Amino acid sequence: MPTKKNSDDKLSRQHELRSRLRESATYPREVIAEIQRAAETGIYDIRGWGAKRKVPNFDDLLFLGASMSRYPLEGYREKCTTSVTLGTRFASKPIELKIPITVAGMSFGALSGPAKEALGRGASAAGTSTTTGDGGMTPEERENSDILVYQLLPSRYGMNPDDLRRADAIEVVVGQGAKPGGGGMLLGQKISERVAGMRDLPEGIDQRSACRHPDWTGPDDLAIKIQELREITNWEKPIYIKIGAARTYYDTALAVKAGADVVVLDGMQGGTAATQDVFIEHVGIPTLPALRQAVEALQELDMHRKVQLVVSGGIRSGADVAKALAMGADAVSVGVAALIALGDNSPQFESDYNELGSSAGFYDDWHEGLDPSGISTQDEELAARFDPVLGGRRLANYLNVLTLETQTLARANGKSHVHNLEPEDLVALTIEASAMAGVPLAGTDWIPGKNNF
Amino acid sequence: MDFNYDLAVGTTRELNQKLNAAGTEDADVSVRVLNPKGAHALAVGMTSNVSVDIEGHVGYYCAGMNQKAHITVLGNAGPAVAENMMSGRVVVSGNVSHYAGASAHGGLLVVQGDSSSRCGISLKGANIVVRGSVGHMSAFMAQSGSMVVCGDAGDALGDSLYEARLYVRGSVASLGTDCIEKTLREEHKREIDALLESSGVTGADASEFRRFGSARNLYNFDVDNADAY
Repeated sequence: MPTKKNSDDKLSRQHELRSRLRESATYPREVIAEIQRAAETGIYDIRGWGAKRKVPNFDDLLFLGASMSRYPLEGYREKCTTSVTLGTRFASKPIELKIPITVAGMSFGALSGPAKEALGRGASAAGTSTTTGDGGMTPEERENSDILVYQLLPSRYGMNPDDLRRADAIEVVVGQGAKPGGGGMLLGQKISERVAGMRDLPEGIDQRSACRHPDWTGPDDLAIKIQELREITNWEKPIYIKIGAARTYYDTALAVKAGADVVVLDGMQGGTAATQDVFIEHVGIPTLPALRQAVEALQELDMHRKVQLVVSGGIRSGADVAKALAMGADAVSVGVAALIALGDNSPQFESDYNELGSSAGFYDDWHEGLDPSGISTQDEELAARFDPVLGGRRLANYLNVLTLETQTLARANGKSHVHNLEPEDLVALTIEASAMAGVPLAGTDWIPGKNNF
Repeated sequence: MDFNYDLAVGTTRELNQKLNAAGTEDADVSVRVLNPKGAHALAVGMTSNVSVDIEGHVGYYCAGMNQKAHITVLGNAGPAVAENMMSGRVVVSGNVSHYAGASAHGGLLVVQGDSSSRCGISLKGANIVVRGSVGHMSAFMAQSGSMVVCGDAGDALGDSLYEARLYVRGSVASLGTDCIEKTLREEHKREIDALLESSGVTGADASEFRRFGSARNLYNFDVDNADAY
């Protein structure tokens, strides 16, 4: 029978040993866990969300504000407008947005019908657009979205000329920041009867959509493809080209050459419904340097502000919006943040997340279709947990906060329109961010790589 | 009202506008298009049962996203003829370039000559009849619909095929991943006969064809199939 003294000795011995444990920097716990998971399952890790690694981002930039040499605008009195027009190059009916923030493409299939409806409601209430996804346009989505961008994707699931004409703009998806060069993925758990029907696929199979378009290869073909789309839609609708951040300078220039009205640039922090973790974390470049390269390409072609630039990938706050605009974007897009605004990863479902081996704030297994918040699922019972009216209200609130924050920062820098924000208003906190964003390190006039040093 | 349109003097834009206007009354209109000279995006986005005869060669995306119209190309067609067709009928008297009938959801595409690679890529329910041969990677990721090839098929036929049905009369250079030969049953012969008949293709007997389809081994990921990818 162990005495109290013996067990105390044992405990203190254990504490002593534990304090000597040293975690490997090369093999930290999550790396060991991944090796163990790979050995057990024999398949790569698939997940949703975007890159989780730390990369230089908008947090590494600061606005200078106004002082002796610049006048600020009065926060509660003087106007700071936020409207944006997209598609002024060729389209006879450009898109007019009240705010420079749009909702990114997310598919019905990846998301439930009510979640798509809520995105439309929220975007419409805030005066902005929402976007379809890989899987076609649903009637609920069209009905609840004042301005709807219709994606033309490699898979062409659900693609048809009636929806093309019903859309307000067309987005040719070449790539996505989470996986530049990767196709779509929707695993069997989410291929319900309705999703399968819309995609002409058997129910319950793992759907792997193509990474290249079936009817064009390269920018010369794409220019002709865009001509066809314009002919079908009577040259009315703006045509966007969406690219994942890779060789952004050249890709942007080629998108302009192919005839885009709008370039949508998605950085590596951009979200996905389901992609291999290795792809999400190791392919593509962050939003910060990609944005600078895209703006440079547009400026060199004398197309900045003529071909509008929409940037996405890790836009979370009005600070991110304002900094992206200051660097030269015309608008931004939110995807992951919009889902969080709807209620994804809400602490309200903590016990459900725990049962799935996760926790609110960490849940990224959107591909499994078991989302406790009812957003990234096709399970009717789970989807019924989500109220699209309330979700839409929450998204509108969030978009309004982003707008108010953006205006606050614009006024602080003396700007009467958010588009008047400029790189000169920014400085960088780190040498890396300075080099990537092309703005000086705070307190210096130094931009690494500029002026020969 | 029937009319002729000469692209030697007119433009693609005006032609497509006239074709769409001709269709709004849904009348049985016949249109002759002269001097296409390889122009792109001719007769795209048609929405009614107009008959369009294009007298010459056409470029990319001829008859793209067609609905209801009957479009005939008296010549060769460039890439992606009848791409994403929804319904109606497109006939090419000559040869077609790659991606013919890409992602077409419905209707019938008839090629009297040969087709280049990736014929019927991502097919989603339309039918394709090729009197000659098809190039490599034809019916790649084809999901539904049927493809009848009276000649030969190039390498990797039906790679990553879903539920589309492929019928080939001549030789098949090789089959793509997850595509296998299947038994040609009576219902398949009836389907071939019907497609040949509606295409106006003669001289081929349904029983001479072989049928190919999906082995369905890759429908759900299994690590033991990793070599197939």
